[in-house]
Amino acid sequence: MPRQLIKGNEAVVKGAILAGCRFFFGYPITPASEIAEAAAYYMPLAGGTFLQAESEIASINMVYGAASGGVRAMTASSSPGISLKQEGISYCAGSELPLVVIDIMRGGPGLGNIAPEQSDYNQMVKGGGHGNYKLLVLAPNSAQEMCDLTMLAFELADMYQNPAVVLADGFVGQMMEPVKFPQPVKKLEDKPWAIHADKDDEFRLISSIQLEPEILEQHNRHLQAKYARAEQQEVRFEEYQAEDAELILVGYGVVSRILYSAVDNLRAEGLQVGLHRPISLWPFPKRRIAQLAETVDAFLAVELSNGQMVDDVRLAVNGARPVHFYNRMGGMVPSPEEISDHVKKILKA
Amino acid sequence: MSDKKLGKAGCFYDIYERSATANKDVTHYCPGCGHGVLHKLIAEAIDDFGIREKTILISPVGCSVFAYYYFRVGNIQCAHGRAPAVATGIKRVYPQSIVISYQGDGDLAAIGGNNILQAANRGENITVFFVNNAIYGMTGGQMAPTTLIGQKTTTTPRGRSQINEGYPMKIAELFSALEAPVYIERVALTDPKNTNKVRRAVRKALKTQMENKGFSLVEVLSACPSGWKMSSVQAKEWIDEAMVKHFPLGVFKDRTEEVQPSEAKRHVFNADDLHKKLDIPQNIQASREIRRTASSNIGQNARIIIAGFGGQGILLLGVGLAQAGMQAGYQVSWIPSYGPEMRGGTANCHVNLSDKRIGSPIVSKPDVLIVMNLPSLDKFEDCVQAGGLIVYDTSLIKKSPRRMDVSALGIPATEIADELGNARVANMVMLGALIAETSIIDKEVVFDALPDFIKRKNLISLNKQAIEKGIEFADSLVSVA
Repeated sequence: MPRQLIKGNEAVVKGAILAGCRFFFGYPITPASEIAEAAAYYMPLAGGTFLQAESEIASINMVYGAASGGVRAMTASSSPGISLKQEGISYCAGSELPLVVIDIMRGGPGLGNIAPEQSDYNQMVKGGGHGNYKLLVLAPNSAQEMCDLTMLAFELADMYQNPAVVLADGFVGQMMEPVKFPQPVKKLEDKPWAIHADKDDEFRLISSIQLEPEILEQHNRHLQAKYARAEQQEVRFEEYQAEDAELILVGYGVVSRILYSAVDNLRAEGLQVGLHRPISLWPFPKRRIAQLAETVDAFLAVELSNGQMVDDVRLAVNGARPVHFYNRMGGMVPSPEEISDHVKKILKA
Repeated sequence: MSDKKLGKAGCFYDIYERSATANKDVTHYCPGCGHGVLHKLIAEAIDDFGIREKTILISPVGCSVFAYYYFRVGNIQCAHGRAPAVATGIKRVYPQSIVISYQGDGDLAAIGGNNILQAANRGENITVFFVNNAIYGMTGGQMAPTTLIGQKTTTTPRGRSQINEGYPMKIAELFSALEAPVYIERVALTDPKNTNKVRRAVRKALKTQMENKGFSLVEVLSACPSGWKMSSVQAKEWIDEAMVKHFPLGVFKDRTEEVQPSEAKRHVFNADDLHKKLDIPQNIQASREIRRTASSNIGQNARIIIAGFGGQGILLLGVGLAQAGMQAGYQVSWIPSYGPEMRGGTANCHVNLSDKRIGSPIVSKPDVLIVMNLPSLDKFEDCVQAGGLIVYDTSLIKKSPRRMDVSALGIPATEIADELGNARVANMVMLGALIAETSIIDKEVVFDALPDFIKRKNLISLNKQAIEKGIEFADSLVSVA
């Protein structure tokens, strides 16, 4: 299969369509707009629907409606837009609707700027809306993964009947790289719980309301059991030069790309440094990190945010080793050299 | 007229199993409330039209959030105010279904105001039943957008004042100003005569959707004796006496006779020929295994920054380099400075061509700097790797790079492009000079790649000429030396 040089944002749309998604509801926002634009172009060609909603709130609720119908549906936005969608995402989790949300993170808080940040970690990984729910969160670091993880997100969403998120930063969205597109999903499983506009609908209900505390508690326990299953089965990560590492760098998204380069530079100087890159941010690879903590001397978490992912690293390490932290914000991105210098400082100390 | 037996409509469940109340035979609505009657009129219409199996009812927040306790149809309960968006989503999936958005005044006119406005304006082929009882019933009698001037509620304890809260919102009138809606009527659930009008309006609205004619909205003035603190009889009188004065009854819009029905084509999932539909390349691209020659002075990984004014084709030059690099068998990445910077001002992009996996796509210390204006040379000159290369457009940069530890290739790219008849291909002159100077990609590979990054076919030959000119110029410098 030949490769196509393509922007990450466009790879998302092609991946989604290959995964069987035919319904896209979105709202323009930099740096995610190429996703809506590509969906506007390609969805109709694939026999699907693209609709530009009046707001981020409307778009997530349109996805709620479409997903209620049992089809694969999605929306995409960037940080401020995601904040607006959180109400709807909570309803989707409560109603157990499978759907995919793409977040191309930008600088905040407030209007911030359109440069890349990773400051939506908490609002996506920890749940930005009300209630006891989790989202399945995948973090691509290349255009190829923008396609592959979007496809995986649809699988996971259906498998767990829960919203799944592709959490990328502005760089991964805007970057062009060669992508090998896989073969399309040819047939989708029927969803017997969904509204089908047919005679079997008469007892079907999509809802997140439950007045009786006992029953709502049961529902919450059911959700938690589902999340516990995902924590067992859906942890994904990648490691580089980690086997004999004395210090492990931890980072996701574009940061992990910078960390590959930093590891190469440091290894060239004879320093035993490796990389652990979480691919699933929820469930977070906490057991693997705890395992690494048995052999390595220290960790360095690197983020384009104020220390959000590092909390999960610290929880996993649980005090067994020092967890250092390095970050840039506001759209500033560290160079591999900057990381290398920081690592050397830690190793000298 | 209906010849149905008296009693419960078939569209209602026999027993309201989902109801949280102890008695599963009766609704949760208060005595005298209009919801129960309106439910009945809708249910009977659904039965009579034989559309129960394809009807989907959307219940957002309000007293009617529990409409799904009663209606034997596909039910979707959703967030406050969002029913029209949810209805839009499911209707797009099942255009042949009958979708009903059943909303109260707080839900429709306050928190969901934009959602209903935009659904109406899109002309969604849905039916909206808008229950206007001038109050928030569910939450205990607070002010609604439709609360009358002077009306006391728990949040207007001294009565609604137009100075503080504005005037009651006339939804039927407001929405009639839009082009798309097909049928809008305001009716009142009071005496039998008015109730019969409600019945007719409910049927007409559903019929409009069944015939795929478009958006309809029926505003129903409805009693809330509990919220208004009145008896059922007083409440109905208050509708007739007070509410109707501000909310006159009648048809506000009716285009049902003139609109052409749309085609409600059932969505069919189809994954045939998807790669073709998605413009995914079908054939193996020519991958010429020509790599850098011995004369290349760039290492295993070429890290390149390209910069200039917006409009000079800086980003396209980078894309071209990445596209050709990919076809030459390199790992490649391209990353732009994006956003407002692109629209005027300066533009730059980073390109990596590498024999191994590319780590950081962001280039901080380039091996090659290609610059097409002076500010870009000034900005990036210092970060070029020692032993690297600067290619610059001498038509626009009237000074030489200061650095003595890098190679520099000056080329009057804009002038050469002008001679070719189009200054905009100066970027391709630069590309030609770069590949001649570095042998990083064979020119035939670049020519092969041209159709992949120059979308306008009639410009391909001009771009090719520009690349040739760049190569010629760079080669002439080598021969002079």
